[in-house]
Amino acid sequence: MSADIVAWLVQDGITNGAIYALLALALLLVFAVTRVIFVPQGEYVTFAALSLSLLEAGRMPGTVWILVFGGLAAAAVEAAAALRARAFAALPRIGLLYLALPAAVALLVGWAAPRQPAQWVQVLLVLAMVVPMGPILYRVAYQPLASASVLVLFIVSMAVHYVLVGLSLVFFGGEGLRARPIAEAKFRLGVVEVTAQSLWVLAASVVLIFLLWLLFERSIYGKALRATAMNRVGARLVGIPTALTGYLSFTLASLIGAVSGILIAPITTLYYDTGFLIGLKGFVGAILGGMASYPLAAVGAVAVGLLEAFSSFWASTYKETIVFAVLIPVLIWLSLRSRHVEEEEERE
Amino acid sequence: MNRTFTALLAAAALGATAAHAQVTVGVTLGATGPGASLGIHYKNAFQLMPNTLGGQPVKFIILEDGSDATNAGKNARKLITEDKVDVVMGSNGVPSSLQIAQVAFETKTPYLCLTPISLPPERYHWTFIVPQPTELMMGAVAEHMKANGVKTVGFIGFSDAWGDLMYKATEHWAASHGYKVVTNERYARADTSVTGQVLKILAANPDAVVVGGSGTGGALPHVALVERGYKGRIYHNHGTVNREFIKVGGKNVEGAIAPTGPLMVPEDLPDSHPSKAVSLDFTRRYEQAFGAGSRNAFGGYSHDAVRILGAAIPEAVKKAKPGTPEFRAALRDALENVKNVIGAHGVYNITPQNHNGQDERSRVLVQVRNGEWRLMK
Repeated sequence: MSADIVAWLVQDGITNGAIYALLALALLLVFAVTRVIFVPQGEYVTFAALSLSLLEAGRMPGTVWILVFGGLAAAAVEAAAALRARAFAALPRIGLLYLALPAAVALLVGWAAPRQPAQWVQVLLVLAMVVPMGPILYRVAYQPLASASVLVLFIVSMAVHYVLVGLSLVFFGGEGLRARPIAEAKFRLGVVEVTAQSLWVLAASVVLIFLLWLLFERSIYGKALRATAMNRVGARLVGIPTALTGYLSFTLASLIGAVSGILIAPITTLYYDTGFLIGLKGFVGAILGGMASYPLAAVGAVAVGLLEAFSSFWASTYKETIVFAVLIPVLIWLSLRSRHVEEEEERE
Repeated sequence: MNRTFTALLAAAALGATAAHAQVTVGVTLGATGPGASLGIHYKNAFQLMPNTLGGQPVKFIILEDGSDATNAGKNARKLITEDKVDVVMGSNGVPSSLQIAQVAFETKTPYLCLTPISLPPERYHWTFIVPQPTELMMGAVAEHMKANGVKTVGFIGFSDAWGDLMYKATEHWAASHGYKVVTNERYARADTSVTGQVLKILAANPDAVVVGGSGTGGALPHVALVERGYKGRIYHNHGTVNREFIKVGGKNVEGAIAPTGPLMVPEDLPDSHPSKAVSLDFTRRYEQAFGAGSRNAFGGYSHDAVRILGAAIPEAVKKAKPGTPEFRAALRDALENVKNVIGAHGVYNITPQNHNGQDERSRVLVQVRNGEWRLMK
């Protein structure tokens, strides 16, 4: 195995690892704030990537229907709650947020899609379609059960995952799609040829991670998120609305997922169900980092990417086996080290 | 929707005495799940099937198995025991089809298999394989490689039963066609990168590469090989030949070579080709119903299975009434002796020794030229 092969594999591993790192951060964020193991995180990737490919082909992605009907469901839940509380003043806000906004996005996409706008417009449209899925999912599926146990929330996640994968098959069909790269240029870096697209992936990941850091360290919302993550009851006692932090974490997660999808769409062929596996590898990364610290999760995810690249060179048949088998020793070590944390979780 | 459909049909069957003369065909397919990209096409073709076969009214009961082998087996059992079907067809995927073959064997029901599977010789009794054997298809690739002086072949395929089948078929012809398979790399359809595998192939530097993927999944290694500067020929297999493959691969897959059935390029076939008329008719009707360029090999397998059945029914109804075990046995005997059935995928001459019955007329080599699959002359 020569040095240039190592260099190639490292480049490949870091590019994939950067995507896994983004997803690992999103999973960790959602888990820390809402205790939801967010299995459908990968579906954002699929929806964003495939919507982008369809927009490029001048077709309207079915993603808008999730937005419209999800918005309807969320509006119904909200309106029922508002009527029960006789808070009629809230109704216009609900209508605007859950009905008018998704409808506006749907109309905009329907109008723009056949006109095949510039790529950056397409990217914005995809973000407008996918990011609102986060808060809508939270409102419909998770908020009514916000205080349920981790296991119940996990089962809800599985249900949401299956619903989204099924819809994805209906909207995008069984065959794979691939988007045009944002930049086609290639650079020589020693022996390795680096594509501009993989630099985009790296740059976007680093910027996103930096922005998340800023959010957590500098803004009141980020501090609210951190407080909720540390102690839900305590956060509520000092006046932090935990529903709001739930919305915020789900919105961030869908934003991160959508960005990952847009970045990865030109690199590989994506299928309606590919996102699950990508999300799962992000999850492995988060667990490698102990499911507690953001920097460790990012490091763990990059490690997963590198492990994947090297095992696909040495023993491609066992690649998945190697990547997921790493979980076992890590989980054993984690369970030996921090058993009491889970017990607290149960009592809550 | 399928369940209501089945329930309605079952109700109709109970209510009407005329159902006795009717031949019932049970189909299980996976238009959802990991095999959906193939299953949808198989299923589409059943919308174009005739109401009578061999002079008998025929009824199709189509169940969904979600590309899951256990479900496929359950569906087959349900079709046979509850719906009393005379023959089963399905499914898209080797594991599912193996399950159905097992059920067909136990229940003594003729089974027209829509996936190329291989069974132990004694298990072929009730099972007939409609698609071309992978060895037959990859034989065309082997001949092309021999004619072009290929001595070393790199293989990269799916890490599933399909990849194994393609690897075996490529190995099968190695000695007789004077080449050596130097790599056996695997990847998954959902993989985001095949850099590692491609680097290994480049390190081995083979004269040609065979890709054992299917559909758009075949594009990923091809694109990666071209992007890394591989200059040799890249061969695919009959699972890859569809329009989406070219859409995904773009300019990078220009020049890709693959074997396929005649129905992918009926317009390019010489008039002397026996399948030309049938293939043309089927692709026309299929594209009318499902859009221009939607033609695919999988719908053709459904089509040919029904044609083979149509050729066997007249013999079988002479001996017994549909819906009885005697009819199923008679149908099996008749299926084993159908001669010169012209399908969209070539000509079928089934014998007790060969439960597929296809020959070289059922394969052509196609190449991607200017973003279209074209017949290689």
